[in-house]
Amino acid sequence: MNVLIFLIPAALFLGLAGLAAFLWALKSGQFDDLDGAAERILLDDEDEA
Amino acid sequence: MTPGALNAWTHDAGGGKRRMELMVPDMHCAGCIGKVERGLKAVPGVSNARVNLSTKRVAVEWADGEAEPQTILDTVEGLGFAARPFDAGQAGDGEEEAVNRRLLRALAVAGFAAANVMLLSVSVWSGAQDATRELFHWISALIAVPAAAYAGRPFFHSAAGALRHRRLNMDVPISLGIILAVALSLFETATGGERVYFDASLMLCFFLLAGRYLDHMMRARARSAVTQLLSLSSTGAQVIETDGSRRYCPLAEIKTGMVVAVAPGERVPVDGRILHGTSDLDRSIVTGEAAPEAVGPEGAVEAGTLNLTGPLQIEVTAAGRDSFLSQVIGLMETAEQSKDRYVRLADRAAQIYAPLVHIAAAATFAGWVWWSGDWHLSLVTAIAVLIITCPCALGLAVPAVQMVASGRLFRKGIMVKEGSALERLADVDVVVLDKTGTLTLGAPELLDPPKLSGETRALILSLARESLHPLAKALVAGSKPVAVLEEGLEEIQEVPGAGMQALYKGKVLKLGSHLWCYGTEDTARQDAVSVLHAALDGEPLAQFSFRDQLRPQTRQAISQLAELGLGVALLSGDREPAVAAAAAEAGISQWLSCAKPGDKVDFVAELEEKGMRVLMVGDGINDAPALAAAHASMAPANATDIGRTAAGLVFTSADLAAVPYAVEVARSARRLVHQNFTLAALYNLIAVPIAVLGFASPLVAAVAMSTSSIVVTANALRLYGRKSATVTRDRAQVSSVDAGPNTEAAA
Repeated sequence: MNVLIFLIPAALFLGLAGLAAFLWALKSGQFDDLDGAAERILLDDEDEA
Repeated sequence: MTPGALNAWTHDAGGGKRRMELMVPDMHCAGCIGKVERGLKAVPGVSNARVNLSTKRVAVEWADGEAEPQTILDTVEGLGFAARPFDAGQAGDGEEEAVNRRLLRALAVAGFAAANVMLLSVSVWSGAQDATRELFHWISALIAVPAAAYAGRPFFHSAAGALRHRRLNMDVPISLGIILAVALSLFETATGGERVYFDASLMLCFFLLAGRYLDHMMRARARSAVTQLLSLSSTGAQVIETDGSRRYCPLAEIKTGMVVAVAPGERVPVDGRILHGTSDLDRSIVTGEAAPEAVGPEGAVEAGTLNLTGPLQIEVTAAGRDSFLSQVIGLMETAEQSKDRYVRLADRAAQIYAPLVHIAAAATFAGWVWWSGDWHLSLVTAIAVLIITCPCALGLAVPAVQMVASGRLFRKGIMVKEGSALERLADVDVVVLDKTGTLTLGAPELLDPPKLSGETRALILSLARESLHPLAKALVAGSKPVAVLEEGLEEIQEVPGAGMQALYKGKVLKLGSHLWCYGTEDTARQDAVSVLHAALDGEPLAQFSFRDQLRPQTRQAISQLAELGLGVALLSGDREPAVAAAAAEAGISQWLSCAKPGDKVDFVAELEEKGMRVLMVGDGINDAPALAAAHASMAPANATDIGRTAAGLVFTSADLAAVPYAVEVARSARRLVHQNFTLAALYNLIAVPIAVLGFASPLVAAVAMSTSSIVVTANALRLYGRKSATVTRDRAQVSSVDAGPNTEAAA
């Protein structure tokens, strides 16, 4: 059962990392325009403009 | 627009930059995004332009002083998109956005915590013992307590608000369930007990937040769609100073006694009295009267009327609170106050459900104390009852269905402003329609154009093209384009209230009323149609008839409403012959003409008093009080701002088929909501006895709650595939596109 000492923190860390990633994405406005994000993939000159 | 006016919409973006948001409703694809962004970035001085397709807005930033807001607006319009400035702060958008993010963050936290706690719980259920179990319980507690405290806030807040007003809403049993489950589990963990409900309480939070988020999304989306429609009309006016100079003045700063100039084609911004000038006024959105009216000095004008033919100088007699518009708003407020407070379905269910749950828990506690005498065991069982009856399915039942229903309506161009509007729409049994602009398109159309020689036609049309009068515009729009005249018209002039005249090869060409062309009144005049005469030196050239045409497919829409078992009535401020003709053509037997705004409210109130539920469909300023008074209301997208604000639903399609379609979807939604309530009740019939008898282990609670939530959501999704019985018949093409693959299952 000693393996739990690593596994539980590892599981929690991964979960927290996922949560942090989501909150960061939310904060940086990546969920502001879902329709636009779906369409922008079709624009090929996004970076040059 | 005047140059200075646009600066009010710009903001300081820091670093010497200015920022402005533009609303561009016609953007709908990647091509549009590229075109608008590239076009704007090409403007000198513009540093950034970013389109948001979901809200149909574009944010532009430029170095202060290097670009003009007007240039930016013109650039977008030059690309073929209608654009207008938009102030997010003013529209209250920032607040919506903040609530949205708060809910999403709470949802993420609840999801994370629920998944991790569930991981530990599964280990416990599969046989972890003693020290390991206790360790797992402690770790769960460590995650669950802060997570529930954070994610539960939206419920705690609303529950506290309801209790403060001595009411019960759905959030009261929810909050109680969450708090008691966490408290009991914490106690059990500390005393080394077996039954820990951390996972159940977090899962509850997660599902309910999902429902709450859907509900909020729906309202936010509809709201942003409605703000897109708000026009820039009359946010200011040209004020003429005493020294004769003119300046642009925002509406809020206009005071009684000022003189404003209104050019032909502009809307009158304020109530006033005409000082100089004669013109024709289109009062249709104010009074419902379709035919324009001639006005001259000393004539009174109301805010919102459209100036058609001549420039006017108006002395402001009432600004702000005293204006006609404000009186209408006053009528609206009275109408809303006298209307019964509508209690939403979910809250009605909560009012029955919440006491039942609390009584069941109390009875369980009393029963167990009496039977076993064990206070601890009795308390644990009672709390288990509260947890398992926590209205997870009920909390999802309504928002999930309404989200799907409003999504369906949205695709047909119908915007639902709030969930209760949809619920009310399902209840209606009478539809009251306004005529001008609602039943009809609100603009005259040429009826069977007479056959004319090429030259005569060219002659008349060249003259008609010079006018803004709706009949002249309809004449040009309804006729084939013609070649240019070999010899131009000279001395073209328009006489408001009469007609136009010009010189052609030395002869006098006249276009206008019978009196204007021939000097006598027309004896064969019909009231239902407007007639335009053309004469050359008093010799008749032609005669054109016009009528405000019904919207396309109006007859079908009316008969569909009848098929749905709804009574239909027509209510208009227009003159009797025009209303009678429109009613006959649309197939409506009950109608009322010459109705003032107050009459319309009375008509609606009378029907409601007889126990009928009225759906009011109208567009004008004069309809707004009736829209507010009716049980449910709809307005076309080209309605006045106040009409759209008063209405619960707004439709953008040109035809009236939107009305029966919306009623039908609302009824399906109500059916599904009721089914969901039944499912939730069935769940409780099974789950409550289990909990009361003390068999509600944490595993049973987790399985029961997640199953019921999923069943309810799946039931709501059935609405996606459901086919509309009456509407699909006429619009087979449209429906075949959006009818989902699971149509069979839903039928």
